[in-house]
Amino acid sequence: MRLQLALKDASIGAVVAALLFIPLVALRTDVGSAGALVLRYRWADAAILIGLVFLGRLALVLWTGRTGLRPSTSAGPWTQRLQQAGRLAAPAFLAFALVLPAIPGIDRYWLDLGILVLTYVMLGWGLNIVVGLAGLLDLGYVAFYAVGAYSYALLAQYFGLSFWVCLPLAGILAAFWGVLLGFPVLRLRGDYLAIVTLAFGEIIRVVLLNWVSLTGGPNGISGIPRPSFFGLPFSMAGGEGTFAGFFGLEPSSTHRVIFLYYLILALALLTNWVTIRLRRQPLGRAWEALREDEIACRALGINVTVTKLTAFALGAMFGGFAGAFFATRQAFISPESFTFIESAIILAIVVLGGLGSQIGVAVAALVLIGGTEIFRDLQEWRMLVFGGAMVVIMVLRPRGLVGTRTPSIALGKRRAIDGKLVGEGHG
Amino acid sequence: MSHPILEVQGLTMRFGGLTAVSGVSFAAGSGEITALIGPNGAGKTTLFNCVTGFYRPSEGIIRLHKRGEPPTELQRLAGHRIARAGVARTFQNIRLFPGMTALENLLIAQHNRLMASTGWGIGAVLGLSGYPKAERQAVELAKRWLTATNLMDRADDPAGALPYGQQRRLEIARAMCTGPALLCLDEPAAGLNPRESDELARLLLDIRAERTSILLIEHDMGVVMRISDRVVVLDHGVLIADGTPAEVRGNAKVIAAYLGEDEEEAASA
Repeated sequence: MRLQLALKDASIGAVVAALLFIPLVALRTDVGSAGALVLRYRWADAAILIGLVFLGRLALVLWTGRTGLRPSTSAGPWTQRLQQAGRLAAPAFLAFALVLPAIPGIDRYWLDLGILVLTYVMLGWGLNIVVGLAGLLDLGYVAFYAVGAYSYALLAQYFGLSFWVCLPLAGILAAFWGVLLGFPVLRLRGDYLAIVTLAFGEIIRVVLLNWVSLTGGPNGISGIPRPSFFGLPFSMAGGEGTFAGFFGLEPSSTHRVIFLYYLILALALLTNWVTIRLRRQPLGRAWEALREDEIACRALGINVTVTKLTAFALGAMFGGFAGAFFATRQAFISPESFTFIESAIILAIVVLGGLGSQIGVAVAALVLIGGTEIFRDLQEWRMLVFGGAMVVIMVLRPRGLVGTRTPSIALGKRRAIDGKLVGEGHG
Repeated sequence: MSHPILEVQGLTMRFGGLTAVSGVSFAAGSGEITALIGPNGAGKTTLFNCVTGFYRPSEGIIRLHKRGEPPTELQRLAGHRIARAGVARTFQNIRLFPGMTALENLLIAQHNRLMASTGWGIGAVLGLSGYPKAERQAVELAKRWLTATNLMDRADDPAGALPYGQQRRLEIARAMCTGPALLCLDEPAAGLNPRESDELARLLLDIRAERTSILLIEHDMGVVMRISDRVVVLDHGVLIADGTPAEVRGNAKVIAAYLGEDEEEAASA
């Protein structure tokens, strides 16, 4: 009886797989020798995939029963184990991040990947303030990243200011734009807020693209100064007054990469530290209360507009820091780097990690950004693997990897709160 | 009546062509419990929303008289300033922060006081301000109200996981943590069983004993007649009676409009 049910279930799965894989895999167009498109059939590949789905589903149903895999937001035995591991995992991650450049066999490629992942961790944590804590759906976060990057690039180009002067300025300018955007849109809620922030992200990009006299338009800005080590430039020439010369080291291009790595690590940790501190204070609690129930907040005398604006401005500020870092790392920026897909990736990191969870966001960034790089060998399959992984996570854990909320204060022991009770915000 | 805490004069609220409240004037005494009753659709909640700043009245004046302070005209204040002026409220459909613990709920109610101690948030992030002390005081106040509402053992539980009656009490505790001069309750006994209603009545009398005035909308006549010092009756947006519970119970207009069909219940209450 059970086998019969399982067979039926697996057949349905196979049919769905067939509908997907026949057009996606079995039919393939290639450019033929004459330059025309040629249709090639790959029935065998498609059949293997469909067979895998059938057998996989069969095994799953036989093993766990039809209802074996249920979506869960609560703190089940698994999550509790994960949380215990998480208490160890966070310091372990941190320690690993700190010693990474010193590990033998870590070359330039891995450091660059580390820098990329950490940039997204920082952006994820920045957006987490807006989306995760305050519950305001922001689809245009990349705009603040762009403001930060262009602030540094333009200030350096036109006024010759150094990176260390520009870094706070970039943050302040991004926060200023956050407030400027916030004022008109924060009366909107939910879908409307999302659409307006999306538009704002595009407006910034289009302005950067078309204001050729200032930003160089699609050509971007090149020759952005690299950061110095407290005034000591990283130079291949060595000699007096350079980093290598001062410390008596062999000049190497790795020095700058290691320095950039630690710089973004410090910036990301700053974001994390400020967020954790604020969560335990009235401002952070007010953000979360706003996500839970805006009307009740108003009845308690909380100025809803100002509270939302602080969340927007602070999130934007960290986006601006990350943008300035991005500009100095690349030494070249153009509007191409700040398209909507970036906003979408950052939002995906936050949602996948679990709204409001710091460790969840870090793990999601590692998986999403690091994973994309590591699976580069899979070529066009990479995106399929990714889409699949995201769907699986969202089906099994609809509130993200860490779906529970930790109270900011407790008389006794802090117990995680089930994700089902926690609001998602309505904009 | 002692001197009034709240004075409503000629209050009118129109929604388009519909007049929900029309020229209502009454006063709520300081340190008293004033009940606002009336049949469904009488305009009680509309009046309530005007007093608590959720609606801006079309006409009329709402004055809050706090002891030793010049009167405040509530209808001129922005929504979030009403609570700061000293008016706290609860909602007919409970509006707690369900994903936050009972204690967190009570701390958010003290947001403005706590926020002032953090030095615009920056000082507290850097650990420079007097925030820890302010937070300790806030936790003490929260504990006091948790004890008063008999919720002390649920302090660390999420508000959304509490049973209905406890959520009602927590909402009152949260309103009291704002330190109000006037507490406005919208049907606090709705959905409570008789024992819980009794507990609620006792809680409200305790709150009154601490010199906090109460304005209350309620359908449970047992509770209203037992604890109110004054009863104001609305029907179709118009004030039809205003007096002590005994006076109102004997008022022919009130019986016709509201208690009419069910005199026995009113008498037994």
